[in-house]
Amino acid sequence: MSKMSGLLRGWLTRCTALLGGLATMTAAHAEGLSYDGAKWNMPQGVSVISHEVYDMHMLAFYVCCAIGVLVFGVMFYSIFAHRRSKHPKPADFHESTTIEIIWTIIPFIILIGLAVPAAGTLIKMEDSSHSAMTVKVTGFQWKWHYEYAGQGVSFYSTLAADSNKARQLGSGIDPNTVPNYLVDVDHPLVLPIGEKIRFLITGNDVIHAWWVPDFAIKKDAIPGYVNEAWVNIQVPGTYRGVCAELCGRDHGFMPIVVKAVPKAEYEAWLTQEKAAEAAGNSQADVPVPVAGAATATTATATAATEAAPAPATPAAPAAAAGKDMSKADLIAAGAKVYAANCQACHQASGEGMPPNFPALKGSKIATGPVAGHIEQILNGKKIMPPFRQLSDTDIAAVATYERNSWGNDAGIVQPSQVAALRK
Amino acid sequence: MATNAANQSSRYFVPAPSAWPFILTIALLTIVYSVGAWLEERQLPTNAMIICGVALLLYIVFRWIRDVVLESEGARYNAQVDRTFRWGMTWFIFSEVMFFGAFFGALFYTRELSVPWLGGLGSKVMTNVTLWPGFEAGWPSNGPGAVGGSFGTMPAFGIPLINTILLLSSGVTITMAHHALKAGKRPLTVLWMIATVAFGAGFLFCQAHEYIEAYTKLNLTLHSGVYGSTFFMLTGFHGLHVTLGTIMLIIITLRLMAGHFKPDSHFGFEGVAWYWHFVDVVWLCLFVVVYWL
Amino acid sequence: MAHAHDHTHGSDHGHDHAHDEHAHHGPDKGIMRWIKTTNHKDLGTLYLFFSFTMFFIGGLMSLVIRAELFHPGLQFVQPEFFNQMTTMHALVMIFGGIMPGFVGLANWMVPMMIGCSDLALPRVNNWGFWLLPFAFAMLLSTLFLPGGAPAGGWTMYPPLILQTGAAFPLLIFAVHMMGISSITGAINVVVTILNMRAPGMTLLKMPMFVWTWLITAYLLIAVMPVLAGAVTMLLTDKYFGTSFFSAAGGGDPVMYQHIFWFFGHPEVYIMILPAFGIISTIIPTFARKKLFGYDSMVYAVAAIAFLSFIVWAHHMFTVGMPVTAELFFMFATMLISVPTGVKVFNWLATMWRGSMTYETPMLFAIAFVFLFTIGGFSGLMLALVPADFQYQDTYFVVAHFHYVLVPGAVFSIIAAVYYWIPKWTGRMYNEHWGKIHFWMSAIFINVLFFPQHFLGLAGMQRRVPDYNVAFTDFNEISSIGAFVFFLTQFIFIINMLACCFGWFGRKRDLPARVWEGARGFEWTVPSPAPYHTFEDQVELPDYELSMGGNGEHAH
Ligand code: HEA
Ligand code: HEA
Ligand code: CUA
Ligand SMILES: [Cu+2]
Repeated sequence: MSKMSGLLRGWLTRCTALLGGLATMTAAHAEGLSYDGAKWNMPQGVSVISHEVYDMHMLAFYVCCAIGVLVFGVMFYSIFAHRRSKHPKPADFHESTTIEIIWTIIPFIILIGLAVPAAGTLIKMEDSSHSAMTVKVTGFQWKWHYEYAGQGVSFYSTLAADSNKARQLGSGIDPNTVPNYLVDVDHPLVLPIGEKIRFLITGNDVIHAWWVPDFAIKKDAIPGYVNEAWVNIQVPGTYRGVCAELCGRDHGFMPIVVKAVPKAEYEAWLTQEKAAEAAGNSQADVPVPVAGAATATTATATAATEAAPAPATPAAPAAAAGKDMSKADLIAAGAKVYAANCQACHQASGEGMPPNFPALKGSKIATGPVAGHIEQILNGKKIMPPFRQLSDTDIAAVATYERNSWGNDAGIVQPSQVAALRK
Repeated sequence: MATNAANQSSRYFVPAPSAWPFILTIALLTIVYSVGAWLEERQLPTNAMIICGVALLLYIVFRWIRDVVLESEGARYNAQVDRTFRWGMTWFIFSEVMFFGAFFGALFYTRELSVPWLGGLGSKVMTNVTLWPGFEAGWPSNGPGAVGGSFGTMPAFGIPLINTILLLSSGVTITMAHHALKAGKRPLTVLWMIATVAFGAGFLFCQAHEYIEAYTKLNLTLHSGVYGSTFFMLTGFHGLHVTLGTIMLIIITLRLMAGHFKPDSHFGFEGVAWYWHFVDVVWLCLFVVVYWL
Repeated sequence: MAHAHDHTHGSDHGHDHAHDEHAHHGPDKGIMRWIKTTNHKDLGTLYLFFSFTMFFIGGLMSLVIRAELFHPGLQFVQPEFFNQMTTMHALVMIFGGIMPGFVGLANWMVPMMIGCSDLALPRVNNWGFWLLPFAFAMLLSTLFLPGGAPAGGWTMYPPLILQTGAAFPLLIFAVHMMGISSITGAINVVVTILNMRAPGMTLLKMPMFVWTWLITAYLLIAVMPVLAGAVTMLLTDKYFGTSFFSAAGGGDPVMYQHIFWFFGHPEVYIMILPAFGIISTIIPTFARKKLFGYDSMVYAVAAIAFLSFIVWAHHMFTVGMPVTAELFFMFATMLISVPTGVKVFNWLATMWRGSMTYETPMLFAIAFVFLFTIGGFSGLMLALVPADFQYQDTYFVVAHFHYVLVPGAVFSIIAAVYYWIPKWTGRMYNEHWGKIHFWMSAIFINVLFFPQHFLGLAGMQRRVPDYNVAFTDFNEISSIGAFVFFLTQFIFIINMLACCFGWFGRKRDLPARVWEGARGFEWTVPSPAPYHTFEDQVELPDYELSMGGNGEHAH
């Protein structure tokens, strides 16, 4: 009985709140989707884009309200004023070309008014170039895997234990007692603020969707394909999202948590992680299955990376400097060589300046067979001059740098391989 | 408009209540249910069930067709009913076109979009770089996983060309048959029909040969990635339609021998002819986009 | 439905049936009548009872969903079972409820509206119906298989759907059978309309309901085979080693989505165009005023049908299409608002300065205009790609399509049944209970679905059995709406059955023209409509056109 009245009071407050909510639809929820108490509206989010999206949403909402008021106003007036008791004699008009043209044109104009800003925002959202860092996101049944490209840091992110306990059928645990019920994870994704971060999103088994409302990012994680998205977080904080594509039994239980921190903090965290991984006491050494349903996938993937050094190895002994260098050293050296020789055309971002200066990011050459890559550096091509003057080590280093930057991940090149291909 | 002289009734023919559709559905259900059980290796006497289902299905189809033939020969159909059949057949064939459309669409999509994307072309560079490094787009393709192992393809100007000629000729012969029928030359009609059936059978023979070739010599199978999938699904469903078409051709040939159809009213014949031409056209598309290009 | 007990022979309007014995002997007796019937009225009745049964089953499933979602945490069912409920709920409602409901109405009314004796291919018509109960028996039986029913959502996306157990092939074959049923039904309607109109009824004199069904039938013939193709590829991918939807073999899971939605989007208009026709029939009757802009109504429906073929990818904005494709599909989708708007405005103009009374069918028709438009607005918001990134796969979408489907399609079916049941049974429904049914339905459908807009915007995703406690309030409200709305429907069905079987001493005392404002062939035959009507074609007097169609046309 008292429970009853409790419920009732509950609804009363909610209904009033509901009205209030409608009234204050515009009131920004800058703190974003922090899941604290009822919300009526889309979060404004914490990036420039997410604000644009929010404005787009509100614009469309108000346009529809306006049209609604008009249309329904007319309808209800007619329902009231033209009922038989008040208006016994029906008029007998049934056509008016002018008015029909008018109410075809006006909606059309309104639509253009909506389409233009929408198109603008969309084009910005889909341009993930010039990003400062890249995170590879892989959806699993039913957890997420994150990999910081080129940092050697990667880990799984799974539903927090307390939520997981409470969500079992008949667990007897009241979800209200669990902090961030179903939107908390064991190992959140940590990101720096104020930087353009690119996400490479894919799925391991079935389609998932990586959704963080506060970033206005929702992209499907599709097995065998990679989708790109990006965000530039403005406000530090914890942002929560969920998997937004039905992916089987526990689709509702693979949340996303992002901790956005100042750059310095992020760097600190990153070094810690690296240390942890080096010490091996982190998930990092869990092998990450390559996306794409088939085992054949893994086969080709590894095959390709192994294949790279292969052609050179026989010639290796011939090369004077037979000793191989570590990936880290090569990349470090390569970065300098690149800045000195290549950056002017191919840009720091590796995006180049197409059409004349092609991008190295993801390019066939810089990610294809090693031999082709080295030969192009040695001999040049079209307007690109040859760089034979550089030492084997420099060329190996810069090639390695190019094959492992901007999301490229195509193995390393040793000076011996360059030596083999000179002449 | 061809009108059956015997029936000028203004009344539209409404058939008597019939149990065939209901029983036909039972047969259909038996078949699909047991095929489903068989695919899932469930503990059911699937083979027996399938046989019973098919037997019942064939029996009902026969009885149903028989009723229609008797009604038609019994001059129950007036000009309006005749128009109904024409419209009905037209839209049925249209629905068949859309069915093939789905598979042609799949061929277009895989060939023009998904395979190139996997190869790093277009907007999906990172797909290739991060997941399938070293995979070069091209066609025919069984994908970056090289699913089904390396395979060969059917040269367009071998058997497929022969099949094209066979079907085109059958299109001609059935038209000749039609003219002969309209001219009331029944024996000639039958001869042309027999030729048509022969061409149809010939086509099926060649295709069977082609499939055996593909499986035994070329290692081209249903498993050969998207190429194998689209190749066999398209040609396979077409072959199925040719088979049905041939059976229908045989039926009307027998009906012609039995003296059915009149020079001025023979929709049964024309319907089958339309269907046959449709199968013919589908083949031409197949020949061009599947074998040739 | 008049014939559920007794039936009236065609002979009771004294034609001479000399040269067609079949018209003479009425239906068989007992169950055989329903199994063997080739009569469009019998089959219409069967379709409607089937549809109603499916609405009921689908409704029960939705109650399982709503019960589980009443509170956060799992109270009643395991996640797998929840997903099965979601999937089956949708399949049952769409393929078992709405579509057969509309086909049933077409069976009953199209021949009576264009003045012909039956559908063009009566035996095929019978087959089209009987496929459905068997297909759904098979589909529903999967609930009891090891591994349970399909749980991959009604959209059946691979790779997930390929993880289905023993239910998988039965799902595929059930879809095939439904497809055959829809195609045969559609061909029947098209041929009937093109070939069997009464003399003098030109295309542009046809009632709107007939027009909308003609175009719907075209959509069906065009897209059902495509769905059949899509699910066939699923079948071969699972059992015969093809790679249509697997990247390793060069395929693409997203390709399935393209093929499915090429069917799926026209499908949603298949579920609304006949509703437009019903509303365009009912409003003029009770406004006692000719339908405004008949021609533009026809062109609008045609335009919507055309556009429905080039907007499918608006269901796939998050799959990562090239931006140009996203832009194209956004613009095309938004464009659909224009012809739809034309229809809404025409309905208002028809009501304007009419002389309206508010019998139950009219009330449901008005609720349709109001609530469908709200659903349309949310649809327009969904069409804006940047915003859709936030809406997609949330309860905002669920709210959108329930607004267009339940107070849209379902309300139109309910309105149609109220509107025509006196003609079918010769007995008037109880207006008092009709109004109660209306107000309960109209209020609780909003209690049920309006809060789901907020849930979606606040971040609650679809197809989940459990949620963060922040969403509790609106889910509670929604669930309560669901239960009351469901129970309310019993008022309706009892009211209708009473007309069929003459409960509560309801008398057969209705004139041919049940609604004084109604025009058209169906109102020229006695109520209840005799078992055989318009066996000999008659010319339609012009004043009968003057409301439904546009008399002036002499094309
Ligand atoms: C009867 C069924 C029906 C109908 C009629 C509609 C109508 C529309 N739908 Fe909807 N839709 C569905 C059923 C339907 N939909 C279903 C079932 C789904 C989900 C499927 C799933 O994922 O499970 C869906 C999903 C869906 C999506 C995908 C959402 C997502 O998953 O991210 C989109 C996106 O564009 C969309 C858009 C539209 C639009 C623009 C219309 C337009 O036709 C609406 C046009 C009408 C109006 C706009 C109102 C009246 C017009 C005026 C008063 C004129 C003036 C107005 C303006 C100028 C704005 N729908
Ligand atoms: C026409 C289609 C239709 C109809 C009528 C309904 C009706 C209802 N739906 Fe459903 N629903 C869908 C189509 C429909 N739905 C689809 C396509 C999905 C997506 C599935 C997926 O994600 O894959 C969905 C999903 C869906 C969800 C989301 C599930 C999830 O994401 O996990 C929910 C949750 O609340 C829900 C609830 C309801 C409720 C409470 C009703 C109530 O309205 C039920 C009560 C209604 C009735 C009892 C019927 C009354 C009708 C009559 C009385 C007419 C009589 C007819 C004759 C006389 C002929 N539905
Ligand atoms: Cu992962 Cu849903
Ligand atoms: Cu759509």
